Amino acid sequence: MTAPPAEASPPEQRPARRRGVELSLLLCAVLVSVYGYACVGLARQGAVPPDAARYGAGLGALALVAHLAVRFRAPWADPLLLPIAVLLNGLGLVLIHRLDLETPEDVAAPTQLVWSGLGVALCVATVIALGDHRALRRHARACVTAALLLLCAPVFFPPVNGARIWIRVGELSLQPGEFAKVLLAVFFAAHLAAHREALAEAGRRTLGAVRLPARRAAGPVLGVWLLSMLVLVLERDLGTSLLFFGLFVVLLYVATGRVGWIAIGLALAAAGAYAVGTLVPHVHGRVEDWLDPYAGIAAGEGTGQLAQSLFAFGTGGVLGTGLGLGHSVLIGFAAKSDFILATAGEELGLVGLTALLLLYGLLVGRGFRAATGLDDAFGTLLAVGLSSIVALQVFVIAGGVTGLIPLTGMAMPFLAQGGSSVVTNWVIVALLIRLSHAARAPRPAPAAPQTPAARPVALR
Amino acid sequence: MIRRTRHAAGVCAVLLAALLVNAARVQVVESPGLEGNPGNRRADIARYGVPRGDILVDSGPVTGSRDTGGRLRYERTYRDGPLYAPVTGYASQTYGTSLLENLEDGILAGTDPLLSPLPLLDGLHRVRPPGGHVVTTVRAAVQEAAYRGLDGRRGAVAAIEPSSGRILALVSSPSYDPGRFAGTDGASADAWARLNGAPARPMLNRAIRQTYPPGSAFKIVTAAAALDSGVVDDVDAPTRTPRPYVLPGTSTVLPDAVEGCENASLAYALQWSCNTVMAGLGARVGLRGMVEAAAGFGFNDPGLRIPAGVSRSNFDTDMSRDQLALSSIGQFNTTATPLQMAMVASAVAAGGTLRHPYLVEKVTRAGGETAEHHGPRAYRQAMNPATAMRLREMMVQAVEEGTGRKAAIGGATVGGKTGTAQHGVGNKGTPYAWFISWAQADDAPLPGVAVAVVVEDASADRAEISGGGSAAPIARAVMRAALHG
Repeated sequence: MTAPPAEASPPEQRPARRRGVELSLLLCAVLVSVYGYACVGLARQGAVPPDAARYGAGLGALALVAHLAVRFRAPWADPLLLPIAVLLNGLGLVLIHRLDLETPEDVAAPTQLVWSGLGVALCVATVIALGDHRALRRHARACVTAALLLLCAPVFFPPVNGARIWIRVGELSLQPGEFAKVLLAVFFAAHLAAHREALAEAGRRTLGAVRLPARRAAGPVLGVWLLSMLVLVLERDLGTSLLFFGLFVVLLYVATGRVGWIAIGLALAAAGAYAVGTLVPHVHGRVEDWLDPYAGIAAGEGTGQLAQSLFAFGTGGVLGTGLGLGHSVLIGFAAKSDFILATAGEELGLVGLTALLLLYGLLVGRGFRAATGLDDAFGTLLAVGLSSIVALQVFVIAGGVTGLIPLTGMAMPFLAQGGSSVVTNWVIVALLIRLSHAARAPRPAPAAPQTPAARPVALR
Repeated sequence: MIRRTRHAAGVCAVLLAALLVNAARVQVVESPGLEGNPGNRRADIARYGVPRGDILVDSGPVTGSRDTGGRLRYERTYRDGPLYAPVTGYASQTYGTSLLENLEDGILAGTDPLLSPLPLLDGLHRVRPPGGHVVTTVRAAVQEAAYRGLDGRRGAVAAIEPSSGRILALVSSPSYDPGRFAGTDGASADAWARLNGAPARPMLNRAIRQTYPPGSAFKIVTAAAALDSGVVDDVDAPTRTPRPYVLPGTSTVLPDAVEGCENASLAYALQWSCNTVMAGLGARVGLRGMVEAAAGFGFNDPGLRIPAGVSRSNFDTDMSRDQLALSSIGQFNTTATPLQMAMVASAVAAGGTLRHPYLVEKVTRAGGETAEHHGPRAYRQAMNPATAMRLREMMVQAVEEGTGRKAAIGGATVGGKTGTAQHGVGNKGTPYAWFISWAQADDAPLPGVAVAVVVEDASADRAEISGGGSAAPIARAVMRAALHG
């Protein structure tokens, strides 16, 4: 999250394409992942796994395909985005494989590898097919419709572990909320880009000291807030509603700069969260667990997931036990998904955990960097939205498993087991690649006065 | 909008910083506390991840480890569990450890720095060395003879090598199989609950953790005190004991079980176990002399470890003269563990010098190299060597012609002393039968064994319970095993 240069650089000083840098970083990312895979094998079986080379070749092939797509279709894209995604995805596969060794009856890494491949394929397809991100703006209405349908779908399926966020079709299970968040980011960006002036200008009606904006601009705002609460109550998914709301508040602020009624929104969200935290038993239990993770031990009822997670982090200490040598599997059923970070914390230590979190920070930072480089409001808001999704999701789940905030079931981007999640995150990376390409590509010659409609409203 | 984008990025940076600070808090500041949390099973997993070292008797293991394939991988097994339980104790994944399993846990579990060839580099490699072995002083033949002798009756046997202090046998009966509750399953919980609730208290180590009134067996101590203090010079001279003997300062008459005790000599009194003579001698030695003599044998020592802690055997230090007289024949508040009484016999056999009893000969690394050796250690000078000589003769007399005839062994010199301890309110409880003795093979330069046996079987015929009747044959079998087995 390094601050970009304060002043926009003149076009002739724009950065070089840096595709070679990207390729070497991708090589490093693949090597680090293969090294991790070999470490697990050495620790557990005393030998480098025979398929380490195959794993490296597979991951390398995926990375290479993505790199070629970027090289030819988005040559000005930020060279850090793809390597970070490959590294996180590769480490995620190593961690899931490592946990598979403890649960031979439930092997998840091969499936995750297939999903990762699908995610990269979708990423490549997006980079190739989406010539200009502004095309998405035209589909805002379709996006929000699809998002709402996806969000509502799990209501008709049975809840899993207390949360109604899954669609099950035979063996396949999907978490539609994951896809919905990208669609919603597109919708928010489009809506706010279109109405940001109306929202920033206060309307005539007042509510106390705050003047409310016009109904046409504010309507969808209220609608989305109600939607997030509806999702929370119906699906008991605190994480998703928190994510949507946070995403919305960030975009609203960036678009309008109106702190006043963002504060109202936050207050309403807090009230809603408090009400749900008190009234919905599933959520209330999580808050209780957060306040005293060890209550169950003292009461002789066994050790809760959060306490087990904290034990894993504590055992890791600064340097960690080493890959393959921890016991984070004690956490139980969510060890590979929601709690994957605990394995990283135990086996890689604070050092490894910090490195991982900084990788996310770098990814988010590059997203924001692209946002500040874009000329169109929609692009800027989309880049901010996508970066914020990653940032908020990392904060909510990492904060949850380390006891900073109450736990909400969410997937650590790229790291955690979960097909919908890994595919969605690859789409996010694809969009960021497109956006950063647009932000860094040399500008065409200054817009001719006779074609003012060719570029959207100037933003600066 | 760029400015506000930077604000948003700034908020994300703050969130990241919060995550990092919190991670450091959990992984650095709270880490030690989390490691010790009772809900954290990692210590157990590491501990049971390697096979535990073994406890050896006669250079063969009496313990073992079973790979369960579970999360707590290796489970303890026991060969002849009930026989050696008073020596080994138990090592349970659920209920912890006791006795040698507890005291030598560091060696057996592989955590003791003694096992590490380079202790200072211990922190650098994470792999725990395999567990070492604990070689005991116990001899299988002696242990088996004692266990068979008790034959399930409540009681205990302790056998010591007088010249060194090596404990040759430590038996408690009825016993239990520590392998029954070594794991974490329901069967272990059931076995543990059943053993703890059993009225016979099979998990009580009667040899070192239970004290009994020693009865007449204590008269050896009184005789040593009388000789050492000069109250008696000539063991064959009359002791000027009146009959009936009235306890000093009271009107209570002390009875004798045998005839001929009036004014009897010390030798006669010891051979036939005269209460009146010994009580009178104790009273004449006086409180200070008696307390000193008892302490010389190990009484009133709360810190005796073999290395398992031995319950303190008691001889009151503040008594009236009548209480002192009763205490001198092993009644009143005088209590002793079977091991303590074996030490009394041992001191006599070894010429007055009492060695520190010990159960662990050495500990070795997994490969068998000795890591630490335990040799004989001085403990107390229980009496003058001359006194010990005269007591030896009197104890031999007691076996050859007195109350302890059932302990005699061909080809060996055997000295012994019976005891039948009254206890309970109004002495209504089933008496405890004692026999303490020592034996020296005719061709051996030193006595090979000193034994104490106590039998407290409620089912036995009361008349049958006497040291000479039920305890002496067990002592004989144990001594035979020690000398020949």
